[in-house]
Amino acid sequence: MRRLAIGGRIDRSQPMEFTFDGRAMTGFRGDTLASALLANGVRLVGRSFKYHRPRGILSAGPEEPNALVTLGTGGRREPNLTATTVELADGLVAESQNRWPSLKFDAQGINGLFAPFLSAGFYYKTFMGPTRRAWMFYEHFIRKAAGFGRAGEEPDPDRYDVRHLFADVAIVGSGPAGLSAALAAGEAGARVVLIEQDFALGGTLLSDPQDSESAAWLSGMLARLAGMPNVSLMTRTTAFGAYDGNVLGLVERHGSGTADPKEGQARQMLLLLRAKSIVYASGALERPLTFANNDRPGIMLASAARIYLNRFAVLTGTRVVVATDNDSAYRAAFDLATAGAEVTIADSRAEPIHDLREQARRRGVAVRTNSLIANALGRRAVRAVSLSEPGGAATVRCDLVAVSGGWSPTVHLTSHFGVKPVYREDIQTFVPGKLGAGRFVAGAVMGGLTTAGAIEQGHRAGVDASAFCGAAKAVQQPVRLELTEIDAGPDDSPLGTSLRPAPLAQLVRGGYGSPAILPELHRPRRSGETSHAKRTRGGDEEGAKLAAGKAFVDIQMDVTTQDIALAHREGYESVEHLKRYTTLGMGTDQGKTSNFYALSAMAGLRGMAVPEVGTTTFRPPYTPVAIGALAGRSIGHHYKPIRRTPMHDWHVANGAQMLEGGLWMRPWFYRTSGRDVNEAYVAEMRMVRETAGLMDISTLGKIDVQGPDAAEFLDRVYANGFARLPVGRARYGIMLRDDGIVFDDGTTTRLGERHFFMTTSTAKAADVMSRLEFLLDTAWPDLRVSVTSVTYEWAAMSVAGPNSRDILAAAFPDLDVSNEALPHMGLLEEQYRDMHLRIIRLSFSGERAYEIYVGASLGNEVWCRLMEAGAPFGLKPYGVEALGALRVEKGHIAGPEIDGRTTLDDLGLSRMVGKRSGYVGEVLERREAFSDPARPRLVGLRCFEPGKQLHAGAILFRPNESLQGHGLGRITSVTYSPALDAWVALGLLAREAAVEGAEIVAASPIIGQAVRARVVSPIFLDPKGERLRG
Amino acid sequence: MLRIECPCCGPRDHDEFRYGGDASVTRPAYDDPDFEAWYRYVFVRENPAGLHREYWQHVVGCRQWLVVERDTRSHTIASIRFARETRA
Repeated sequence: MRRLAIGGRIDRSQPMEFTFDGRAMTGFRGDTLASALLANGVRLVGRSFKYHRPRGILSAGPEEPNALVTLGTGGRREPNLTATTVELADGLVAESQNRWPSLKFDAQGINGLFAPFLSAGFYYKTFMGPTRRAWMFYEHFIRKAAGFGRAGEEPDPDRYDVRHLFADVAIVGSGPAGLSAALAAGEAGARVVLIEQDFALGGTLLSDPQDSESAAWLSGMLARLAGMPNVSLMTRTTAFGAYDGNVLGLVERHGSGTADPKEGQARQMLLLLRAKSIVYASGALERPLTFANNDRPGIMLASAARIYLNRFAVLTGTRVVVATDNDSAYRAAFDLATAGAEVTIADSRAEPIHDLREQARRRGVAVRTNSLIANALGRRAVRAVSLSEPGGAATVRCDLVAVSGGWSPTVHLTSHFGVKPVYREDIQTFVPGKLGAGRFVAGAVMGGLTTAGAIEQGHRAGVDASAFCGAAKAVQQPVRLELTEIDAGPDDSPLGTSLRPAPLAQLVRGGYGSPAILPELHRPRRSGETSHAKRTRGGDEEGAKLAAGKAFVDIQMDVTTQDIALAHREGYESVEHLKRYTTLGMGTDQGKTSNFYALSAMAGLRGMAVPEVGTTTFRPPYTPVAIGALAGRSIGHHYKPIRRTPMHDWHVANGAQMLEGGLWMRPWFYRTSGRDVNEAYVAEMRMVRETAGLMDISTLGKIDVQGPDAAEFLDRVYANGFARLPVGRARYGIMLRDDGIVFDDGTTTRLGERHFFMTTSTAKAADVMSRLEFLLDTAWPDLRVSVTSVTYEWAAMSVAGPNSRDILAAAFPDLDVSNEALPHMGLLEEQYRDMHLRIIRLSFSGERAYEIYVGASLGNEVWCRLMEAGAPFGLKPYGVEALGALRVEKGHIAGPEIDGRTTLDDLGLSRMVGKRSGYVGEVLERREAFSDPARPRLVGLRCFEPGKQLHAGAILFRPNESLQGHGLGRITSVTYSPALDAWVALGLLAREAAVEGAEIVAASPIIGQAVRARVVSPIFLDPKGERLRG
Repeated sequence: MLRIECPCCGPRDHDEFRYGGDASVTRPAYDDPDFEAWYRYVFVRENPAGLHREYWQHVVGCRQWLVVERDTRSHTIASIRFARETRA
C-alpha cells in the first residue's frame, strides 16, 4: 500500500498533520481520514462489535461498517464517525474503538472463541427466565466488551447552529445526474440548492482518473454552475431526512481546514430546507460479497479501491484479486492494473456481459470465470483467497481483495415519506416507489449505472422539477458526456443492465455451530453454473472445509449467515423480527451494505421471492447526526425562554432563592428568613399571620374581558355565576372542562358594566386564554366579547397580614383604604400621582390582604414603596413555598388538587354552583360515575404522631390494612403548620373513608415510611374567615 | 413539517399553531341539557383515513382559531378558513 507520486485530487503542497491512536502521520488537503490512513500503510483500523475481530477499511463512503473512529479530545470528543467521510484536517486527533489494551493486541479478541455462545438471541436466551438476575451482574461487563466509541463527558465547547433555507428545487447528490439536474433547473430560472455530503462535488465522477474525459466534464459543469447566481452548491452537507411539506433536514459540517472550527464558526449547522420540489440523485452503494472471513482487513469494495486509487492516489494493493459477479468491478481491476498492480479477476459467471476479455488481456489482467470466492486467509491482513472453481479449489496470494456484489440504489430519502421501495426483478434490487407530487428521481438511484443515462435523466428531472415550481425558461440540451470505450468500460451498457447480476442470497442450510454456509448458497445458481459441491472433488464435505469460517452479512453488528439461518429456524422470519433478533442493520451504518443480503437470504430460506419478504422501514437519519447539531443553540441558558417579573432584580438582590415555575422565575424563599427552605418558609408563614408579608404575584395569568356580552360570557365560562356581580366587586370563580372535570380557578373583578379583569393560575394562564378564544371563535361567535391577555402588562403584588391595611395607607396616604371604602372582595382603581393603581382586596393566605396591580414598568417602584412604608409594620417579602403552605392551612385548592381528574364535588365546591345551568361542563359533570362512593373527596389530614411528618404523594390506607396497592387516596399538598404546631395536609380520599375523626395511615413506600393521621376539615385555620374581613 | 396557510398571516410552520381537535363535531348549545349530545361532542370521534376537519389556533401569530381540512394519510391540506366564518 502506498501513495502514488502523481495524480489524485489531493493537494500535495498542503500537508496535514494528524494522529491515529497517538501515532503522528501526514496526509494532504483533499484526503479523507481513511485515505490518509491507507496512504500511511494502516490496514487495521478497528475491532468488531461482538467478536473483536480485526477490521480494515471496506468502503470509501458513508456506508462504512468498520472504520469507526473517535475524533477530538475532552469535551470535543465525538465517537463512531466513519473515517471514510471525515475530511482530513490539520491537527486532527483520531482514535480507534472497541479495543483494549490496543488495536493490535485486543484482549477480547478471545470472544471469537466463544462465538458459538454469542449467536443471535444470546442475551434473550441466557438472561431471561430464572437466570434474569444474572443480567444484573453481567450487564456491566457485557456492555463494556461489546460496543462502540465513548462520548466525551465534559461539556462541548463548540457552537452549533440552526438555519432555515428555502428553495424552488432541492437536489440531493452531485454526481452526473445531480449536476445535470442543477444546470437544467438553473437555466429554467428556478432557485436551486444542490446538496452534497462530500467536501468535493462530483459524486461518482470523482472516482475517475483526473485526466479522464469525465473529469473534464465535471470541471466544465462546476464552472458553469458557479456562474449561476440562482444555484447554490452546498458541500459537507448531508440530507439526512425528508419530512412533510417537502422539508429536508440537512446537517452541514464546518470546512475550516483545521480540526476545530474557526472562532465564531459553528462546528455543525442544522438546516431545515423547505423546497417546492426535490430531485433525488442520491446514487447507489456497492454491495460486498458474503464468503468465509469476508471481514478481514484488506478486503474492500471494488469501487472503493478505485476511489482510493484515482481520487486519493493511494494504491491499496499490489497483488489484487477482484472478486465479482458483475461487470462494474472490471473498471477497478483495469485501473489498478494500469497503476502497476498484479490483478486477477475471479468472476463467478461463465462470461462477463460485455466483451471485456480483450481489454483485460491488453492490461495484463487475468480473468478466471466460474470462479467463486470461498474464503479469505490471513488474520490481521488478507494473505490469499481460496477460489472454488469447476476444476477444484485454487488459492491465489494477494494483499487486496476487491469485491463487488452488485449495487443497491440509495433509496433511503425517497422512502422517508412512507413510500416503500419496489423490487426490480430484472436487476435484482430495490428502487424508489411511486413518489408524491413535486418529487423526482434521477441517476443510479433508479437502478441504472451509465453516466450518459444519469446525465439524461438528471436533465429531465431538473426541467420537470423547475416546471413544477413554475420556472420554465428555455433550457439548453444537456451537456453530454460520451465516454470512450476504455473509460466507459463495463458501464457503457443500456440503463439498468449493468447492475446484473446481483447476488441473491439463497441460504438454505447450515446448522447451528456448523461451518459457514457455502458461499454459493447465498445466491441463486445461474444457468450454466454448476453446483459448488459437484465442482469440489469430495463433495459437500470438501466444500465445507474450503469455506470454513464466519461469513458476515452485517459486518458492523457481527451478524453472520449462521445467525440468519438460526433466526429462521427459531421462527423469526419476518424481516422486522429478523432485524431485532439478530441486530442486523441496527448499527450506526443501519445496514447500508447488509440489508439486501439479509432480505434475500431470508427469502431463500422461506422459499419466497424477495419482494414478498419486504424491507424494513427506512427512517431518518440517513447517516448519524450529532445531538449537538439537533440542539443547536438551545442549550444551557438558552434551552428555553425565561420569564422574569418586573421585580425580579429586587428579589435576587434581596436574598431570594429563585425557583422555576412554568417559564417563570419566582422567589421560592428569602435567605433572610432562614438558612434553608424549611426554616425560611415557616418563618415567612408566621410573619404573614402575625404582621405582614409582601409577595410578587405578577406571574398570575391576567385577561381583560370587554364587550356588551362580557357578563353573559363569564356566566357561561365559570361554573359559578357572574352575571349579577356588581361593578367594583371581585369574585372567586371556577371553570370546568367540557367533560365536567375542574379546569382552573381564579378571581374576576368587574371594573365596569362591560369590563372585567380576570386572573388565572400561573400554570394554566395560556390554556385558559386559548380556551376563551376557542369558545368565542367556534361556539358562541354571536357574543360580543373580546378577550386580551394582559399578563405581561401588569405587575402584581399581594400585601397580606394583620398590618396590611396600615401598610397600604402608609404607602399611599391619599387613598382611602378603610374597610368601608375597600371591603373584602372590593376594588379600588385610582390614579395615584403618575401611577394607575388597581387594588383588589383578595386573600389566598386567609389573612387580610390586598392585591395591587400596576403597569409593569412601575412594578418595582410600587414594590419598593410598599417595602419602605411597611418596614415599621414588620413587612418583609415571602416566597412561593410560604404561599403554598399558607393556602394549605386555609384549605384552598391549587394545582395539586386541580389535577385534571377531580370534579367540583370531589373538591367540596358543589355548593358554589348550586342549581345553576348553562355553564361549560355542566351536563357531563352529572355523569353517574362521578357520584361513585369510591371517588375521592378533598379532606384535611392532621398528623398526630409526634416527631413524624406527612409527605406529599403518600398513599392513604385504613389502619390495620395491608399497605399494598393504590389505597383509598393520596396526599396532594402538605405543610408544617406553625399555628397548629403540627404537620397538616390536603388529600383526596375515597368518600366512604372520608369521615372526620377517622384514623388513616399515610404510606410513602419510596422512603419506607408510614405515618398515622386523622381526617379533619380541610380548613385548618379560621374556618369562619374572620381574619380576612374587617 | 406541516405548513399552514393562515388566512391572516400567510404560510407559517405548524409549530406556531396549537392543535384544537376535531372540527367536524357539533357543539351543543351552551344551555342544551341533552346528555347524549354532549357525550357525542366530547367523546365520539370518527378518526378517518382521509380528509379531516380540525381546529388549529395560530397561537404565536394572530391567535385566530382556524378550521383546517387535512388529509390524515398524506398531511395534504385542502382548505383553511377562520373558524368564525365556518360557523356564522
